[in-house]
Amino acid sequence: MPASTASPPTAASAPPAGRRPAARRRRAAALLLLLPALIALILFFVLPLLDIIIGSFTDPEPGLGNYLALFSDGYTLRVLGRTLLVALIVTLVGLLLGYPYAYMMTLASPTTRAVMVTVVLVPFWTSMMARNFAWMVLIQDGGVVQGILSLVGLSGVTLLGTATGVALSMTQVLLPFMVLPMFSVMQQIDRRLLLAGQSLGASRLSTFRKVYLPLSLPGVISGGSLVFVLALGFYVTPALLGSPQSALIAQIISVRTRDLLDFGGAGAMGVLILVVTLIALGASRRLAGTGTAVAAHAVAAGGDR
Amino acid sequence: MTAGDGRIELTDLCKRYGSGPLVVDHVNIDIASGEFITLLGPSGSGKTTTLNMIAGFTDVTSGTIKLGGRDIAPLPPHRRAFGMVFQSYALFPHMTVAQNVAFPLRERKVAKEEIARRVEETLRLVDLGGMGGRRPDELSGGQQQRVALARAVVFSPSVLLLDEPLSALDRKLRQTLQQEIKRLHEELKLTFVFVTHDQDEAMSLSDRIAVFNAGRVERIGTPADLYRDPGTRFVAGFLGESNLFSGRLRPGGVYEWAGHKWAVRDADGLPAGRDLVVRPERLLLAAAPTDVPAGVNSVQAKVTGLFFQGTHQRAELDYGDGMTGCAVLSPDAMAGIRAGSSVTAYWDPAHQVLVTPPTDPHPNEETA
Repeated sequence: MPASTASPPTAASAPPAGRRPAARRRRAAALLLLLPALIALILFFVLPLLDIIIGSFTDPEPGLGNYLALFSDGYTLRVLGRTLLVALIVTLVGLLLGYPYAYMMTLASPTTRAVMVTVVLVPFWTSMMARNFAWMVLIQDGGVVQGILSLVGLSGVTLLGTATGVALSMTQVLLPFMVLPMFSVMQQIDRRLLLAGQSLGASRLSTFRKVYLPLSLPGVISGGSLVFVLALGFYVTPALLGSPQSALIAQIISVRTRDLLDFGGAGAMGVLILVVTLIALGASRRLAGTGTAVAAHAVAAGGDR
Repeated sequence: MTAGDGRIELTDLCKRYGSGPLVVDHVNIDIASGEFITLLGPSGSGKTTTLNMIAGFTDVTSGTIKLGGRDIAPLPPHRRAFGMVFQSYALFPHMTVAQNVAFPLRERKVAKEEIARRVEETLRLVDLGGMGGRRPDELSGGQQQRVALARAVVFSPSVLLLDEPLSALDRKLRQTLQQEIKRLHEELKLTFVFVTHDQDEAMSLSDRIAVFNAGRVERIGTPADLYRDPGTRFVAGFLGESNLFSGRLRPGGVYEWAGHKWAVRDADGLPAGRDLVVRPERLLLAAAPTDVPAGVNSVQAKVTGLFFQGTHQRAELDYGDGMTGCAVLSPDAMAGIRAGSSVTAYWDPAHQVLVTPPTDPHPNEETA
């Protein structure tokens, strides 16, 4: 006992003398390790982004002209609205498909689970072009999907070149971003909580609604915001499967830069979509706490644009 | 829903997974209303499966479970209205302590003011008054288990099922919570069905213990009865410590083990294959053979270790033939006994019991 009461003061008095320089050195070392990434980020991300933002205010002439044009041309806002709608539909349909799928993954045997993960990840591993052309073949007039739809009485539905076709393909491509975050959250839910809920008088359905669903919500928000943000900036799929009449925002940015050489206007659109994205992420952060939104940022940076 | 008739009858209860062996094998237990019964056994002995069948989490293969004389087999878990406490606490992490405790009341559509009153009352019962606003992860393990207890009794169930509720806690907390559980049982007068692999816990808490072995109830009785007369070698080995001799019963009241002949009483008509058990506190040691009084049974032993344990001393003994045992003695009775010395261990024949040897090998038996 005497030894233990005597030791804390010595332990406490030692650090000021010896530990601080060591801690400082450790912090310096940590900074050094971050340096390469930091330089790359500043050089290839922050500076170009600043250039775009500045350009959106100065090119072709200084002022808010580019932004005023965006809000007044009656076209950009419509495209933005369509883009938001498609992203929302892709997110909701993805949730409906992904939630039960992720849930079944938590119940499956390790082998079955590995198969299920693989099935979800296949679109990830296929070349972007192969995937999009495959969808093109599937949804073209007279294609497989149209054939199936006509079997259930929906004949003559055109998908290729429409926002619906684009959303269909995007849903499939983005499914892993939906399923995997939800699965990782669901996997951590103690299934005995469900037994506890039932033992306390709640039916299976009620236990699911009051215990499982709230606990899986961080995964839902994380997956949902991820898919929503990725869908907002999707370019290749709408460019190949869509049409100018159903263009999404990434397509008209491309048209501005490559065909119209209107870099200022394109920059303004880029900033607009960036702001919308940040608002979406901020909202999801509000909903689910910091952790999930950080994860969303992390994966969004490496996403399929 | 008030504390009604909490009598539980298990009749020929069996459980088989797929085409495997019976993990619960014709279990028959009649639990009186208000009784504290412990299902004790090593892991894999079927005690938890039995509890899960009572709770309704596991389907019954055959046999019946009755509550208050009514077959509850068709009832899903949430209609059985048993309180249940889990080893892992199983508190809802997204709810406060008060919300956790209120959960079963809200499910039963109890009025709001009534919920608030009963939650506070029940939290006070488990010494957690004023903690209702905390989150489960802000509490210690012991406090979390108290919340789980409060949540399991707040709706006045007739039966409380406890699945190794103390296993995750450290020794000191375990003792405190044991007292707490005992007190709850006395105050609430519910039927408690308690599952554990810890014999001390079982003996200090229970009115009766059902000892499980390989899916069967090997013995059922009060802790004192089971300790005094374990009946089978498995129970003797699992409940408390024993000096166990596997010899043979000879005609004329003689038990023979490794050349020793001991007197036995009331052994007429018993089969010859019986094991003899002497509890450590019944064993006495003599440094010299001349110190052994007349009329006792005795055996030579080597003291392999001596341990001072405050209220008593413990001597580890080696009887040769690979047989070991121990004696627990007051410090005075240990005079002249040293580690490494040869002694004579002796006991009053009235303090020995004969038990049935294992019929089939139970791999877990010696781990007890």
